[in-house]
Amino acid sequence: MSLSIGDAIPLFALPDTSDQVHRVDGGAHGKSASVVVFTCNHCPYAIAWHDRLLDVAQDYKPREVRFYAICSNDGARYPRDSFAAMKQRVQADGGWPVPYLRDEAQDVAHAFGAERTPEVFVFDAEDRLAYHGAPDGSSDDPSQNAQWLRDALDDLLAGGPVSRPETKPVGCSIKWKE
Amino acid sequence: MELLYWDGCPSHPRALAELRGAMTAMGLNPDAVAVREVDSDDLARRERFVGSPTIRIDGADVVEPPEDEPYGLTCRVYYSRDGRVVPVPDRADVDAALQRALTERSHV
Repeated sequence: MSLSIGDAIPLFALPDTSDQVHRVDGGAHGKSASVVVFTCNHCPYAIAWHDRLLDVAQDYKPREVRFYAICSNDGARYPRDSFAAMKQRVQADGGWPVPYLRDEAQDVAHAFGAERTPEVFVFDAEDRLAYHGAPDGSSDDPSQNAQWLRDALDDLLAGGPVSRPETKPVGCSIKWKE
Repeated sequence: MELLYWDGCPSHPRALAELRGAMTAMGLNPDAVAVREVDSDDLARRERFVGSPTIRIDGADVVEPPEDEPYGLTCRVYYSRDGRVVPVPDRADVDAALQRALTERSHV
């Protein structure tokens, strides 16, 4: 079952594609918001939204928004989503502006209740869930510019509640281990 | 005409609607599509299923996948004619495949 609006961010410690471990440990981080996106390499929806999501990370980095991309898919059955493939992708792209984290045990995806790629979770400065859903209304339309995510961040950064806190995540199912 | 899908991918209803729309526009019966679910890795291998949705006309894929594309239960990546990654075949590719099939049938 997915997190509900207002729920605390699940804690995690996961390696990125440089094997550096990133921790969300409940301690003070001084950030104004946090974005966690479950994504992967092989899914057409995740690929279509990828650049839009990285643009959001770039655009909001100066405003103290932290951003994590997490791949939880079973890399044995889906080799394109293996940790090695994640590393190859980031290297081929010349690096990403966000850490691409490996959730090998899939327990982080389970803790969030994530089901799709991509699936977006936005937390406020107190690490409470403020937005959950899709980046915007259409993976097919780059001009939508991840506007639902941007709106959520803008609402949070303006100090108010998120006006559209939930939308339906659209994408491939997370590939669970059997 | 057949549409193969895997239920873990949300794009097949749209693909089916677009296929039926293309068939109707060409004067074909839109109900003549056999819709079949692929729900196991074994079946994916047997069906040479490289992802959902897969549309075949007279056995030929409307967009031929790369030769090394693995079989399996996954969402399929397509490219629109303007180069975007999309979850269903471009309507122009579906139209072209239908037209090819109609032309080939008329020569039989």
